[in-house]
Amino acid sequence: MFDVVIIGAGVIGSSVARALSKYQLKVLVLEKHNDVCEETSKANSGIVHSGYDAKTGTLKAKFNLLGNRMMADFCKKYRVPYRNNGSLVLAFEDEDIQKLDELKKQGMKNGVERLRILSKDEVHEMEPNLNDSVVGALYAPTGGIVDPFELTIAQAEIANMNGVEFRFNSLVKSISKSKDHFLINFNDEIIESKTVINCAGVFSDEINNMVSEYKLHITPRKGEYCLFDKEVGHYVDKTIFQLPTAYGKGVLVTPTAENNLLIGPTAYDVIDKRDSSTSPEGLKEVLAKASQSIKKVPTGFIITAFSGLRATESKGDFVIGEAKDVPGFFNAAGIESPGLTAAPAIGDYLSSVVAQKLNADIKSNYLDNREEIIRFEPLSIEDKASLIKKNHEFGKIICRCEMVTLAEIKDAIHRPLGATTIDGVKRRTRAGAGRCQGGFCGPRVLEILSKELNKDPREITKFDQQAILLVGLDKETL
Amino acid sequence: MPTKEMICISCPMGCMLSVDYDETGVLKVTGNQCKRGEIYASKEVINPRRVVTSIVPVIGGVEDMVSVKTATDIPKDLMKDCILALKNIKVQAPVEIGQVILENVCGTNVCVIATKRVEKKL
Amino acid sequence: MINKDIVIIGGGPAGLAAAIGAYEAGNKDIVILERDNQLGGILNQCIHPGFGLHTFKEELTGPEYASRYVKKINDLGIESKLETMVIDIAPNLIVSAINETEGVIQYQAKAVILAMGCRERPRGALNIPGTRPAGIYSAGTAQRYVNIEGFMPGKSVVILGSGDIGLIMARRLTLEGANVKTVVEIMPYSGGLKRNIVQCLDDFNIPLKLSHTVTKIHGKTRVTGVTIARVDDDKKPIPGTEEFIECDTLLLSVGLIPENELSRKVGVKINPRTQGPIVTESLETSIKGIFAAGNVLHVHDLVDYVSGEAYLAGKNSVKYIDGLLNENHMINIVTQDGVRYSVPSSINPKNAEDLSLIRFRSTDVYKDAYVSVFLDQERIIHSKKKIITPGEMEQVTILKKWLQDRPINSIFIKIEKE
Ligand SMILES: Cc1cc2nc3c(=O)[nH]c(=O)nc-3n(C[C@H](O)[C@H](O)[C@H](O)COP(=O)(O)OP(=O)(O)OC[C@H]3O[C@@H](n4cnc5c(N)ncnc54)[C@H](O)[C@@H]3O)c2cc1C
Ligand SMILES: Cc1cc2nc3c(=O)[nH]c(=O)nc-3n(C[C@H](O)[C@H](O)[C@H](O)COP(=O)(O)OP(=O)(O)OC[C@H]3O[C@@H](n4cnc5c(N)ncnc54)[C@H](O)[C@@H]3O)c2cc1C
Ligand code: SF4
Repeated sequence: MFDVVIIGAGVIGSSVARALSKYQLKVLVLEKHNDVCEETSKANSGIVHSGYDAKTGTLKAKFNLLGNRMMADFCKKYRVPYRNNGSLVLAFEDEDIQKLDELKKQGMKNGVERLRILSKDEVHEMEPNLNDSVVGALYAPTGGIVDPFELTIAQAEIANMNGVEFRFNSLVKSISKSKDHFLINFNDEIIESKTVINCAGVFSDEINNMVSEYKLHITPRKGEYCLFDKEVGHYVDKTIFQLPTAYGKGVLVTPTAENNLLIGPTAYDVIDKRDSSTSPEGLKEVLAKASQSIKKVPTGFIITAFSGLRATESKGDFVIGEAKDVPGFFNAAGIESPGLTAAPAIGDYLSSVVAQKLNADIKSNYLDNREEIIRFEPLSIEDKASLIKKNHEFGKIICRCEMVTLAEIKDAIHRPLGATTIDGVKRRTRAGAGRCQGGFCGPRVLEILSKELNKDPREITKFDQQAILLVGLDKETL
Repeated sequence: MPTKEMICISCPMGCMLSVDYDETGVLKVTGNQCKRGEIYASKEVINPRRVVTSIVPVIGGVEDMVSVKTATDIPKDLMKDCILALKNIKVQAPVEIGQVILENVCGTNVCVIATKRVEKKL
Repeated sequence: MINKDIVIIGGGPAGLAAAIGAYEAGNKDIVILERDNQLGGILNQCIHPGFGLHTFKEELTGPEYASRYVKKINDLGIESKLETMVIDIAPNLIVSAINETEGVIQYQAKAVILAMGCRERPRGALNIPGTRPAGIYSAGTAQRYVNIEGFMPGKSVVILGSGDIGLIMARRLTLEGANVKTVVEIMPYSGGLKRNIVQCLDDFNIPLKLSHTVTKIHGKTRVTGVTIARVDDDKKPIPGTEEFIECDTLLLSVGLIPENELSRKVGVKINPRTQGPIVTESLETSIKGIFAAGNVLHVHDLVDYVSGEAYLAGKNSVKYIDGLLNENHMINIVTQDGVRYSVPSSINPKNAEDLSLIRFRSTDVYKDAYVSVFLDQERIIHSKKKIITPGEMEQVTILKKWLQDRPINSIFIKIEKE
């Protein structure tokens, strides 16, 4: 019998797991993919929103602000790439300045600090590459950017170090309640738990609806992006929004925490919750809209395109807390934007509620940090030299674009909840995330995975179990 | 007298050849920039031939595979059979360039030879 | 810090020939730095025949061609360091490299020769919409799997782009047991050599669809198919011409880009057309003492040309060190009317060889047209060609004596209809 079963290992499930791992509880995370961070948490803007955007009084507004305030220290402590770059909301018409002012007022009500309206001259001085048509902006100095993969992975790792069990390739098919505990059916196995926390992203309505009569309804809303080479990563410094429309925040242009340039997302409702494909129309729209904000969209530097699905709940707000009709069943459902920002705060909040319910005590031996992660590339020549002396595998560069070494890849594989796939290595080390997108290092990473995990190269996948890379040997089918 | 247009594949120049031929063989080749073009055309009209390359596993070498080729061209129709003939062949390291890997492949009287050196793993 | 007269970055055919060129010009203080565990560069995975006809008068495979140069390097006793990656070149010619055994190695060079080759253009550069499953490879990655590691990346394959690597992989994959369904090319002409269309596609009845492109990738975990469509003159897909092709693999053979991260970082001027350094007749870049040759300079079809060019770069680096490279009297080479670029982009008659080769590519396909070279106003070359295509590099030879007779400002190269 588990004390807590968490369904979903996105940033929300991982945050909850991290926060719960402080307590003397038996916790299990069930995730249908074979790694953490395989759905919405891997495909978003990576913005730490300052919090002016959400309607005052909503859970979105509350957890956004809490999350934003935690983020800098949190990321420093857990070694997650983060930068407090600030954000701008652009106005293109004089009458829009009025709307900026409303936004500013809402922000102040939400508790956002230091919001300021900038004049045309001020904006252009701050961001020289903005389009001339920009007439003013709302400046939010508390906005930031974060690496969404690491934010998820770091928390999952801490949870795991503190005894939380993760089972991957585990699709939860049904949940039922029997007297004082839950029976959870996944992969035709049934386990028992005193409580359940639903962190299933776009599927969180389905999980909720398995046990609660208070039905949720989530519409997946797709957002498509283009990612650009580091060469143009400093084209803008701040995160550049456009004034919101009925369909969300418009298109943004931002540096990422890893110094690429990102533009997007679109916002279209889709039917299939598994559809994260990109479309010609979407990519065209993103490029067109971005060209309103910045002088020149550097289309020659696109290195990839991707899309993510927002879990838009019909009432428009996060659903967080115990289901009214099912004691012991907790939701973190409908966590769309600003979910990434809010995640650590949602995790802290839900864990304390659940721990209280279970009367759990704090562990005495809680490990509140992860082991150091060494990034070779940014080091000085001297530091590089001394590092290779300590561990010669830092002298072997596997990914030439991002300068990732063998030592870093091996570390990513052998850490708690380490990488088992090509994408897993990429998200943890950035090998393959650069301009050649794994063309050079792909076969090398595959070889390392196969060696370190003691698996046949044909068993190594890109992600999940079915995303096979090598189908056989030469001549095998002859 | 039939004429055939073809691209010479004997070297990367890829000359456009015009070949006049009849039952007795090739009469005239034009468009070639060197003698090899003529030889190619004569073969291609009557009995097209190709060099086949592949790789085979090496046992105990510093590399797992070694590249190989047919020492000369073989009839084009036998390309697939040639690869098939290599299917279960393995060689012991060390391997030298030119070393015979398989003799008389598919009855062509042509050997398959190594095109790379693979040293023994120590 | 190690003092070294000549530091060569990259141990592919360009690096090897440059080293021999320098050695034979009289300077033996050379090191070749190569990040792979063997010399030979891309040739190690090009196991097909087609190399060295010009140089050795016989048709060799890539590894065989490389081995001849490697043998020579060894016989001459030229130093090379394997598994050693150059991570920085400073403007004062300090070259920093790292490897596992020595850590960081720094050389103070008198001349540096760039011979880093090229890399493949990735999917992102094309921005093909659809899903992001496993089963999408660049042709060179597939080549490495099939030719070096012995693994098949797929069973049924569509190839996008008719560059040589793609064509060659069509044949290799077919012979090793895969079903190559088609090669799709967005341009109205092939990007590869004619001979490769014949012996890699025609021989196996693999259709080449010109003026077509892949408009969508299907499949959630592994590729399940692609949609292709015909394109119009602006290369935009024509609605209604879409066709679904079932396959488990998409190979991209959509071009090579010279690998110039290091060159850009040190400030070498890059030609936007070639993506390689701008060089003089001596293959010197915009930074004194830094030379470039091979695919890092511009993408070559023929390794023989790479070797020849690099040999010259090596030789000139010695001239430079000995103070024998003249720095004035540059004649610009201007490319016009159907000529996309030329290498070199200037000639100094004082430094030129008796015969200077100018290599270039056309912007389009021309039939029965003339390649013309003008010295200022005067046309000195007017040579008829049956066909000129961007897929095949062209060259003209300039005699040194033409440039010495009288002062010349510019050399113009163009393609003329008559
Ligand atoms: C386009 C876009 C842009 C965004 N930009 C931002 C931003 O800039 N800033 C910000 O703060 N937020 C942003 N967000 C929101 C943020 O990305 C999400 O709120 C957050 O990632 C949600 O995390 P999650 O863990 O709830 O969902 P997910 O990451 O989707 O995780 C849910 C997990 O549950 C698993 N699961 C589902 N069903 C089952 C089952 N039955 N059994 C087992 N496992 C299951 C899934 O496999 C998945 O791994 C954006 C979102 C989108 C789509
Ligand atoms: C698939 C394919 C088929 C071909 N077919 C033919 C053919 O049939 N006939 C023909 O004549 N030619 C052919 N060619 C062309 C010929 O092979 C190339 O033009 C030639 O290999 C280019 O030589 P290079 O030395 O410039 O580059 P490469 O061979 O790419 O060598 C560059 C070397 O530099 C190293 N390097 C790069 N960066 C660094 C760094 N920072 N530090 C250390 N080392 C570094 C690389 O590891 C590599 O070894 C073909 C090419 C390809 C790709
Ligand atoms: S005719 Fe000679 S030059 Fe022309 S392609 Fe054939 S072998 Fe090459």
